Amino acid sequence: MSLITPDSFVTAESIAEKVKSGEWSAVEILDKYLSQIEQHESEVHAFNTVLEDEARTAARETDKRVAAGETLGPLAGVPVAVKDNLCTKGIPTTASSRILENWKPPYDATVVQKLFTAGATLIGKTNMDEFAMGSSTENSAFGPTRNPHDLSCVPGGSSGGSAAAVAAGFAPISIGSDTGGSIRQPASLCGVVGVKPTYGGVSRYGLLAFASSLDQIGPFANNVRDAAIVHEVIGGHDPKDSTSISEPFPSFLDGLEHGVEGLKIGIISELMGGVEGISPEVIEKTREAASVLSANGALIEEVSIPASLYCLSAYYLIAPAEASSNLSRYDGVRYGLRVQGETLAEMNINTRTDGFGNEVKRRIMLGTYALSAGYYDAYYGKALKVRRLLAQNFDEVYSQFDALISPTSPCTAFKLGERTSDPMTMYVNDVCTIPSNLVGHPAISIPFASGNDGMPIGVQVLVPPMQEALMYRIASTLESAKSDE
Amino acid sequence: MMTEPISEKEVAHVAHLARLRLTEEELGVFTRQLGAVLEHAQDVEALQLDGIEPMSHPFPLENVTRKDEVGGMLDREKVLDQAPATEDGRFQVPQILGEQP
Repeated sequence: MSLITPDSFVTAESIAEKVKSGEWSAVEILDKYLSQIEQHESEVHAFNTVLEDEARTAARETDKRVAAGETLGPLAGVPVAVKDNLCTKGIPTTASSRILENWKPPYDATVVQKLFTAGATLIGKTNMDEFAMGSSTENSAFGPTRNPHDLSCVPGGSSGGSAAAVAAGFAPISIGSDTGGSIRQPASLCGVVGVKPTYGGVSRYGLLAFASSLDQIGPFANNVRDAAIVHEVIGGHDPKDSTSISEPFPSFLDGLEHGVEGLKIGIISELMGGVEGISPEVIEKTREAASVLSANGALIEEVSIPASLYCLSAYYLIAPAEASSNLSRYDGVRYGLRVQGETLAEMNINTRTDGFGNEVKRRIMLGTYALSAGYYDAYYGKALKVRRLLAQNFDEVYSQFDALISPTSPCTAFKLGERTSDPMTMYVNDVCTIPSNLVGHPAISIPFASGNDGMPIGVQVLVPPMQEALMYRIASTLESAKSDE
Repeated sequence: MMTEPISEKEVAHVAHLARLRLTEEELGVFTRQLGAVLEHAQDVEALQLDGIEPMSHPFPLENVTRKDEVGGMLDREKVLDQAPATEDGRFQVPQILGEQP
């Protein structure tokens, strides 16, 4: 069954405008979304925590400020759902792991602070694959999220809760994190817009780290413009994140409607059948998207990114290697779960053995192995060289092209349980999204079509670092073509 | 028959390094699964990449330092409040050395 109703969606932009003008009250808006949650959350399980009381208090405060004539931010009264790996002060932040089940951070992530400053109402913390490791949200310690378009299907992952929350009308916008496709792939599977910004474009202060050279935080929305608005709110330099870019980004909203006339856009040939496992209908719909851009005046050509053939292997060495180091902090000493032991080492082992799920253990062990003496050069070292080749490939292509397009996900949403037995069949879901993470470039997934199964198919637009304005422009053109159908 | 990419003995060693305990059954399952991933990674392992500079990070990074000034910081009690065990304003852990406390 589908929970999608045609009138579920109002844009975040129009909510903020009407709340600011006093036409709508923030409480009234919040209640509308809370009632949708009340009706359908038991079927979808998009949230680990729904913050009904806190959200109502915040919304009342927003209404008071409007009544007092204060100037509010661009997300005034807009409910937002935030992935449960982003710190929220005094509110459980679990990364969907037993090891952090009862943890309440003593501070807010910068992104969360910025959302509050912009006037947004935090409606809940969303379910995810444990520590963002997965592509289906089935690796959550608290049970899977289901796809609102078909409850027998996964929403994708790891930000499956955030994608499903927007798709089900539980919130007009949400926040996720993307290490190898964890925003874009679930956006594609749930039929919403999802963005991975330029590495360093959004502060990661307060994000529970998975793979630090790849992680980036970004928005989900029902339309390209809302995604760009949220991106502008959460982006910008932060002295608390040493990887944060200090130069300002050009506005993502200026020129959004300028079209693609005269742009040179490449289709990545390796992702159109070169790598195995990409479904023919996804390839066909991506070609249709290219035709739309061409009809709008863009010059379309096939281009080759040869190193993309090796990205999956490189990623599944680099990301686990970084994770094995990042997750060593969960040792039962300073926060989260402690399972007692006679000695410190025994307590560490007991805590980690009981606290982590199987996928997390798998990646920690894989990463530990890839970094260990005797294997470092063969695995991790080689993977880093592939990464360099990939960056060179992109540089060459971008010397001739403005942007690239490709599929986002190799297939539409699959059934729950269908891919859990063998890790490799799950990992291949990331094949189209990984390249952008390895090189730190921005990319967006826009819902473009439906598959034979009626499930959404997203198309990915890739651009060079800090060129998000161009990315949103191209996405916007594809979006209007879709609504013309 | 091809040699396994990773042995049970190696997985047991890696688990120990990562402070994880595996049951006999888990050891078998993880060995097979890690083997499958490493087998896939043989495409990378087989590449001739001499002379290519490894890239550990998307963009060149410079060390970032702040001014040596006292700024706002988290309250000690609030931080300790989330710890499984504390004593006298510090994190408490089980016995580390051989002797009894």
